[in-house]
Amino acid sequence: MKIKSERDFWSGVMFIAVGAAFAWGATEYRFGGSARPGPGFFPFGLGVLMAILGAFVLFKSLTIESEGGDPIGPWAWRPLGVVVGAVATFGWALPHLGMFVALPLLVMVSAMAGSEFRPKEAIVSAVILTFGCWGVFIWGLKLTIPLWPKFIGA
Amino acid sequence: MELLNNLALGFGVALTFENLAYGFFGALLGTLIGVLPGLGPVATIAMLLPSIYALEATPALIMLAGIYYGAQYGGSTTAILINVPGESSSVVTAIDGYQMARKGRAGAALAAAGLGSFFAGCVGTIIIAAFAPPLTELAFKFGPAEYFSLMVLGLIGAVVLASGSLLKAIAMIVLGLLLGQINTDVISGVPRYSFDVPQLTDGIGFVAIAMGVFGFGEIIANLGQPKENREVFTKDVKGLWPTFADFKAAWPAVIRGTALGSVLGVLPGGGALLASFAAYTLEKKVPMKPGEVPFGKGNIRGVAGPESANNAGAQTSFIPMLTLGIPPNAVMALMVGAMTIKGIQPGPQVMTSNPELFWGLIASMWVGNLMLVVLNLPLIGIWIKLLTVPYRFLFPAIMTFCCIGLYSLNNSSFDVYMGAIFALVGYTFYKLGCEPAPLLLGFILGPMMEENLRRALLLSRGDWTTFATRPLSAALLLAAVALIVIVTLPAIRSKRKEAFQEE
Repeated sequence: MKIKSERDFWSGVMFIAVGAAFAWGATEYRFGGSARPGPGFFPFGLGVLMAILGAFVLFKSLTIESEGGDPIGPWAWRPLGVVVGAVATFGWALPHLGMFVALPLLVMVSAMAGSEFRPKEAIVSAVILTFGCWGVFIWGLKLTIPLWPKFIGA
Repeated sequence: MELLNNLALGFGVALTFENLAYGFFGALLGTLIGVLPGLGPVATIAMLLPSIYALEATPALIMLAGIYYGAQYGGSTTAILINVPGESSSVVTAIDGYQMARKGRAGAALAAAGLGSFFAGCVGTIIIAAFAPPLTELAFKFGPAEYFSLMVLGLIGAVVLASGSLLKAIAMIVLGLLLGQINTDVISGVPRYSFDVPQLTDGIGFVAIAMGVFGFGEIIANLGQPKENREVFTKDVKGLWPTFADFKAAWPAVIRGTALGSVLGVLPGGGALLASFAAYTLEKKVPMKPGEVPFGKGNIRGVAGPESANNAGAQTSFIPMLTLGIPPNAVMALMVGAMTIKGIQPGPQVMTSNPELFWGLIASMWVGNLMLVVLNLPLIGIWIKLLTVPYRFLFPAIMTFCCIGLYSLNNSSFDVYMGAIFALVGYTFYKLGCEPAPLLLGFILGPMMEENLRRALLLSRGDWTTFATRPLSAALLLAAVALIVIVTLPAIRSKRKEAFQEE
């Protein structure tokens, strides 16, 4: 068996796995009958439907020829890791270190995701963005966002 | 003429200095939060609810309404400029609007969206004034079975939206529906798929998914490409204004979108969101003129139609709220809350017991729409300047706004972490060639669909034929089946493929 479309093959695998996981998870909840559908009724049906659709996608990827095998291509590991990491770090840093530390951190780290990292420019945009955000969100919209690290403020 | 008397009463209320000022403040604030991705009208109105204790009922509601339709304007701006829909109802605007922006026609797209919205807003206001009573009777005829069938039709309609494989698009809808199942079951109160994480019992935030998939995911995908073929904008921006040809192409779309949006906005559960999706589907069904840009590549009709529809829908979605007291969406639910705070019981009696409030609010919508056009058209030039900023400056800024927006949703880091997870998910979709737009619609409609399905089955005692025997429901389902058949017909299928693949 040869994979004729790499993208569709893995999409199919993903749909089947997710559908099966949801359907299996739904068995934890009361299913009920048609007349009195329980909380597990709808997600179970959907999960099964999802897996069936996934199977169709998978089947198609093994039978129908596509141009050049429709390869997934290389993953952009660096941007992926940096962006996801920067966002997650920000999530932790904002309540602990405050906006005036977390925001420049976010901007500096995420600037490294690109192929061209220029430290000076990153610092400048970090400063501008931090003060811009302070103006819009704190001063303008009066959002309650921690500004300084906990150990200073408290 | 009773209508004219009513409108005269309304304008008398809306044009007082105090109400004008609050209307303007609401519209301005709404535009601002609409432009900032993530900070939506729901969060803003929720934040402002305590402050309306100090206000009279009429200016308070006028201000809140201003935030709502101002956000519709602002949301489409980010959809067009950076492909991040600020509001769920501008998801489809991003498809063609962003492509127009990339070709240097952001000004035309923004103007088409603004003028189309204004036209739709005017028509919507007149419709509310004239048809509020008879239209509520139509909404009365809708039972759970009809709602369910309507949502099926809406979702199937959205499939025609996706470029690429129809099968994968349907699978993405189901995936969206499944993600919508992570919540607390409305009927039995059982938390589902929460893994004992308390935040998950309220469900995943729509904004976290939208920002993760469309915002962060897009950034990763862009950065992952070699610099030459990165998805950036052409540097030469061709005029701020739409050309005559643009106007000619856009105005029929505006009228169609307005008509569709006005009707769909009345139906609870639909509102602006369903209206914009349906309008886009409709525009794609309208035959192309020779030489027209294909959909998904920057067709102006793909911006004008949905934008008119979502504004018309946003206006007419006040009808069920004002006349029945039923909120058709989250914003309207907060409006109901605001009315209750001011001691007004929402429902059919508002029209007679508080005529100044009822008609004043309606008249203020028209005034507010006028203000928005005046406010937004000069700003287009500024928005376009934003596009000339190099990407290496732009993406950290987008990330900053998204992250702050995510945090401020619930003042917790949880939504930020969810955004990070969906960044990974979004990039995976991109690599696997799965269109994320249908997923978002499925996600939003999922809980409503389930509730109505189960209600309908409860009412019919488990008899599935209830969906086919109730005439309105049967008609809606038939339309959905017809759509699938039409799309899968070989002739149209190849056309559809062609339309998406042409450069």
